[in-house]
Amino acid sequence: MRTDVKKIATRESYGNSLKELAKEFSQLVVLDADLAAATKTNIFRKAYPDRHIDCGIAEANMMGVAAGLSLTGFIPFVSSFAMFAAGRAFEQVRNSIGYPHLNVKIGATHAGVTVGEDGASHQCNEDIALMRTIPGMVVMCPSDDVEARAAVRAAIEYEGPVYIRFGRAAVPVINDKPDYHFEIGKGSIVREGSDVTIVATGICVDSAMGAAEKLAAEGISAEVVNICTIKPLDEDIIVNSAKKTGKVVTVEEHSVIGGLGSAICDCLCEKHPTPVKKIGMQDVFGESGSAVDLVHKYGLDADGVYQSVKEFL
Amino acid sequence: MTNLELRKHANDVRKGIIMAVHSAKAGHPGGSLSAADVFTYLYFEELNIDPKNPEKEDRDRFVLSKGHTAPGLYATLANRGFFPVEDLITLRKLGSYLQGHPNMHIPGVDMASGSLGQGISAAVGMALGAKLGNKDFRVYTLLGDGEIEEGQVWEASMFAGFRKLDNLCVLVDNNNLQIDGPIDQVCSPYPIDEKFKAFNFHVINVDAHDFDALRAAFAEAKATKGSPTCIVLHSIKGKGVSFMENSVDWHGKAPNDEEFAVAMADLDKIEKELDKEV
Repeated sequence: MRTDVKKIATRESYGNSLKELAKEFSQLVVLDADLAAATKTNIFRKAYPDRHIDCGIAEANMMGVAAGLSLTGFIPFVSSFAMFAAGRAFEQVRNSIGYPHLNVKIGATHAGVTVGEDGASHQCNEDIALMRTIPGMVVMCPSDDVEARAAVRAAIEYEGPVYIRFGRAAVPVINDKPDYHFEIGKGSIVREGSDVTIVATGICVDSAMGAAEKLAAEGISAEVVNICTIKPLDEDIIVNSAKKTGKVVTVEEHSVIGGLGSAICDCLCEKHPTPVKKIGMQDVFGESGSAVDLVHKYGLDADGVYQSVKEFL
Repeated sequence: MTNLELRKHANDVRKGIIMAVHSAKAGHPGGSLSAADVFTYLYFEELNIDPKNPEKEDRDRFVLSKGHTAPGLYATLANRGFFPVEDLITLRKLGSYLQGHPNMHIPGVDMASGSLGQGISAAVGMALGAKLGNKDFRVYTLLGDGEIEEGQVWEASMFAGFRKLDNLCVLVDNNNLQIDGPIDQVCSPYPIDEKFKAFNFHVINVDAHDFDALRAAFAEAKATKGSPTCIVLHSIKGKGVSFMENSVDWHGKAPNDEEFAVAMADLDKIEKELDKEV
């Protein structure tokens, strides 16, 4: 991770966004399961205590309560760690929110290995896979503060169930450009190139950008595509870039089974068969350590992505 | 509505259950029949609902947490005028809107259900929504006595008791049988009433097949302020059909043609007796 830019954790962006949107959307309520300080919904709670519902350490019930609230006209944002929101409460999300297609937003923080010191029990590398199998569920994984705020706004403006994945660790702000535009289901080319396409999501977009710079120094032109919405996937941007470069590398802070890499492969094998290299957690659990050390060990930082791309080409 | 009228409606509901499950060759008659009287009381007497306007905003909500007894709910909704009674025989068939378990596409259904333990949480959320939105409607949810073995039921109960959701009425159909046998031999949830009391509910024990008792219990629930109410319905699984009563075999099995004839004869006999009463 670069050190020369402003950094903010996307969970912080989540808490700030909820507070900002509360004035505009009177139906917005926030649910948490005894983690308000960690998920940052305490930012919202401080400003709107009557609209913040702490459900205690009971995530399964929390999902159902959110379903019931949505059926009485509220727009609930249900908050917990990704491990508990997508993992523990998977079936409640599937049957009480997904199947009836309710207007519930799930804000899942502490996703991936950058949870850090808490270790593997709390590092959810499976949530994208779980959530994207639920029919009608929108799945987003923002890359920085700017995108996280945009995703939360887009989620509240969208009618239907949405899962948004946020991180614990502070990450560089990379989208603070005047022409930045966010739309559910639209990816963006953040760096043009012609030799290889690197498709990344979440905090790995920054790693992909760093890798692309290193590759450029060696005369390799990498195109970097930022996919925030993993479902529905922007298939056009993937297919067009694959047609241009002929080689695709995917990068995610998630298992290579069922996540972004799998979604890209699902798309390309049908629409434009292309060799794909998937970078992510290689079917292993994480471990305790600092976020920086962990992304390095598991090859998810700029150096790791650079090495993997070099091996692939 | 008089008790005699309610008993007649309940008998029609029981006939609807048997016809639907027989036609589907699958489904759950036992727990539908044990709850037929409470379904009838809710939809013909208790709930503020309008079959012509199933989604009217101030309606009372009902969540069938024990969603497998959908035939009981569907037969009641049909007899109450939400959709044609004739449609009941399409239950569980490909293309029918009457799915094996309730979903959002059925007129009068407020919440999809079927995965046990989840309906009560949605009902709790609705009750909280009424409180937050300053709405007067009440929320009812029906659970099986086996269903309360699910941990989520107690998460939801803790929340409802703590939040003093007095607009919530939790109904437990205590017919004492679950798929694998009597509930006190599988993984006993008894004492049911004491458990809900411990979760800060007002608790009422009632004979599930006595309309005077049901009337009194629902009135008491409505009058109870400062805590949610749990009504423990002491019921007979398979109630009304001779060979299904108190038999675990009829939890989730459809009658064949011969059994269907016997069941309908049982219910016809009850109907004739009710017709004689004034």
